[in-house]
Amino acid sequence: MLKYIVPLVLFVVLIVFLAIGLQNDPRYIPSPLIAKVAPAFSLPRLYAPDAKFGPDLLKGKVWLLNAWTSDCRGCRAEHPYLLELASQDIVSLVGLNYRDSNQLAKSLLDQTGNPYRIVVTDNSGSVGIDYGIYAVPETFLIDRKGVIRYKYIGPLGPDEIYGTLVPLIKRLKQEPA
Amino acid sequence: MKPSIKPNMKLSAALILPILLLLSSITLSVYAGVEVREFTDAEQERRYHKLIDELRCLVCQNQNLADSNSQLALDLRNKVFEMLAAEKTDQQVADYMVQRYGEYVLYNPPLDPVTSILWIGPILAVIAAILLLLIFIFKLSKTTPVTLSDEDRAKTKNLLDQKGDDE
Amino acid sequence: MIPELGQFALIVALICAFIQAVLPLIGSFTRIPNLIAVAKPAAQAQFLALSVAFACLVYAFVTHDFSVAYVAQNSNTALPLIYRVSAVWGAHEGSLLLWALTLGIWTFAVTIFSRQIPSIMLARVLSVMGWISIGFLLFMIITSNPFERLLTVPTQGKDLNPLLQDFGLAIHPPMLYIGYVGFSVAFAFAIAAMWSGRLDAAWARWSRPWTNVAWIFLTLGITLGSWWAYYELGWGGWWFWDPVENASLMPWIVGTALVHSLAVTDKRSSFKAWTALLAIFAFSLSLLGTFLVRSGVLVSVHSFASDPERGLFILVFLVLVVGSSLLLYATRAPLIKSHGHFALFSRETALLLNNVILVVLAISILGGTLFPIITVALELGKYSVGAPYFNFIFVLLGTPLALLLGFGQFTRWKQDNFERIVRPASIQIVISIILGGLTILLMPHFSVYALLGMVLAWWVAISTVYSFLQRFKNKSISLSALGKTPPSYYGTHIAHLGVMIFCIGITITSIYSSKKDVLLKPGDSYQMSEFSYRFEGAKPIVGPNYRGYEGLVIVTKNEKIIAEMKPQKRIYFSQQNPMTEAAIDAGVTRDLFVALGEQRGAEGAWTLRLYYKPFIRWIWFGAVIMALGGMIATFDKRYRRAKKRVAVKATASAAPGAPA
Repeated sequence: MLKYIVPLVLFVVLIVFLAIGLQNDPRYIPSPLIAKVAPAFSLPRLYAPDAKFGPDLLKGKVWLLNAWTSDCRGCRAEHPYLLELASQDIVSLVGLNYRDSNQLAKSLLDQTGNPYRIVVTDNSGSVGIDYGIYAVPETFLIDRKGVIRYKYIGPLGPDEIYGTLVPLIKRLKQEPA
Repeated sequence: MKPSIKPNMKLSAALILPILLLLSSITLSVYAGVEVREFTDAEQERRYHKLIDELRCLVCQNQNLADSNSQLALDLRNKVFEMLAAEKTDQQVADYMVQRYGEYVLYNPPLDPVTSILWIGPILAVIAAILLLLIFIFKLSKTTPVTLSDEDRAKTKNLLDQKGDDE
Repeated sequence: MIPELGQFALIVALICAFIQAVLPLIGSFTRIPNLIAVAKPAAQAQFLALSVAFACLVYAFVTHDFSVAYVAQNSNTALPLIYRVSAVWGAHEGSLLLWALTLGIWTFAVTIFSRQIPSIMLARVLSVMGWISIGFLLFMIITSNPFERLLTVPTQGKDLNPLLQDFGLAIHPPMLYIGYVGFSVAFAFAIAAMWSGRLDAAWARWSRPWTNVAWIFLTLGITLGSWWAYYELGWGGWWFWDPVENASLMPWIVGTALVHSLAVTDKRSSFKAWTALLAIFAFSLSLLGTFLVRSGVLVSVHSFASDPERGLFILVFLVLVVGSSLLLYATRAPLIKSHGHFALFSRETALLLNNVILVVLAISILGGTLFPIITVALELGKYSVGAPYFNFIFVLLGTPLALLLGFGQFTRWKQDNFERIVRPASIQIVISIILGGLTILLMPHFSVYALLGMVLAWWVAISTVYSFLQRFKNKSISLSALGKTPPSYYGTHIAHLGVMIFCIGITITSIYSSKKDVLLKPGDSYQMSEFSYRFEGAKPIVGPNYRGYEGLVIVTKNEKIIAEMKPQKRIYFSQQNPMTEAAIDAGVTRDLFVALGEQRGAEGAWTLRLYYKPFIRWIWFGAVIMALGGMIATFDKRYRRAKKRVAVKATASAAPGAPA
């Protein structure tokens, strides 16, 4: 009788899903901002607090927005790779110092180096909310039209940078502004 | 090749005092969750509590905004309160969050073909099972019950009375 | 030295488990008595070895042996003794050892309390349990060794998570483990019975006490967890539908179905294949729970340090154990004939419906818990499932279940007729609605869910009492009549009354609780319904491994002092985040709950959270009564029957020719 094999079949289906689940990161949440225009903001710059910066200032360019804090271990881990990437002049890096103290941020950059062309300070975290940031470091790739095309959550390593990000950057640079 | 990152000694020496001061105030103020709010009326208070109960904290992913102690949860609770004070509707608050964090931030996602399996599934399953059950019992009633002959009954009794050490 | 002894003991246990699993199995096929007889001593030796290993780990903790990595990660010198012991099972490796030890305890118990069971059957049962032991011991030795040493010995350990430094949480895991590991016995019996082709009423009767006891411990374990979360986590919640909580609830639900199904198979010889499947299902859920907690496949506040490699091991183990048992079921179940015959309107039908509802509930919870994994695997996006869904399912399925409970109790076995019960049932339903309605009138505001909950609670209460009295319909309720009533009769009715109490608790607390955050200076008061909370300030305090603040809140009602509440906020030396120790004034009909928030300003003002939680204790009290009912039922004649038969045999042989 077929009905006796049903439990076994259902079990196998369950195991398949669990096996797939083992390979995925359960904490990963896809961003709803992909393919949407990067939310506008106007934040003071870390090294020039009277000057303001917003994403519209980089229209026509392909750039990376990297959210970080001074006490986050993942940010420290990815920092050398960001420096390396910045030195190659492929793309502009903008740092979003999220909910941090300006003093701590500056001293960290002074010590470990500054890969960012511009650093803005989001002390209240409201811009972070607009970008759906929940786990620093987070990196957004923004195209020439100001649209977010890719988001990476977690510390960037050479695989992600040279395997995914750089090819994508090169492709986006071909697109019209 | 991963360069090794050595902890920087200079950082600790120069900044120990300010860090300690910062940390001591952080331990008190990061402790979020108990926020005294001035609600305009009981209805607004009820709406606020309902909203923070049904929004997920993405940092402590298995807690709602109401229960989570994380900084992001505090920021978002403040945001919800701000929006309610600005006379936004519940739907507008939910949309705001979904726009930024995705559907996952809602504990009660809207019904769509995928989630409807979850909601309607159990109801269908119970109905189906009851139907199968009724069919099964109906079929059972059509068969004649097995009865023992007197001889078999006596044999069984004898067997049961012995202490069973064999199979 | 001692940790090495512990490690050695683990290996010895593994060897014993191999012997226990393999030799009796061969013996049962080849009918060689010596191989069959190996089962008991091997099982007992395994238990002994596990006890030694466990004792070694406890010793390492008590003596602050930080050369053992697990000890260094989970304790430090300031940790009080009792928590050094409970830290043994506070994290992954140690809790696995507890799992293995618990399985050893159950296996040992089976070797002791098994006089009635034929030795081949017993050999198969112990063999199955041996295979499960092998899995856990291998898992531990290969991936999660609690005795691993550190090359450089730290002078100070980290600490046990302060949340776990609590008595309630210290005993919650052992209770829980005894519970869902205990379902392995019913599982093993089912497998052994299917193997031998003898899935009969005797198998059901042997399985019942084991399943009942496991169910009792699981009930208590889950209840302890809920109660602990309530007073320790600080926000008045008592169930969060967290994946790990669900992982313990699902075996409980299926276990409840199994307890009822075994009763039918025992008494009426029906549902044999179904009962066997439930036994497999219940234990499979226990194993699945182990997987969910330790593999990192789901996000949970409870999960141990997750590691996909460990997850893979458990998954393979799951496939082997559950897969082979379901394969056995698929091949053997069609051969089983259930001769029990029953009509549409009978207690059998009611119990089958009970099973259907419980199983659908368990599967719904499973589906909801795994839904995010499934939708991501199918690339449908990331969906959120949480309390709103689970609460909906619980109410949706709990309602017909509660209704059924009443009917099931006074329906007759095999065949009943509708006319006989329609009158008393209708009267009881009407009375329940009236009493439910009256109860709601006493409440602060109307709620249709509250009405539903109270009507169902009254229905369960009245129908249970009515059912109990049915036994004494034709005789008076004398002490002797009560004394002759079998414990299982008392147990069933008491357990069902426990359900009613539980139902009242969750209904009233869910709907009529209130909460308020306030800012009070010393001397300020806040009025919440009939209670007045006066804040008298907070002072700094120091504990064995923490420092913090303690506030004083005086609660008065009608000018009379009801309680002096002392909420604390602690900062453990080893952590940065502060912990709340809420002050709770417990009461039979309500709890008052005060938690400290933060200090504001220079005048000693603090933010406080005030809770009013009506009838919340009824939730846990109801669960405890359910467990009590189970305990009373387990003391039934099962063991006395064997003695009686021996006594009858003795008189029969003493007086030949006399009727047996």
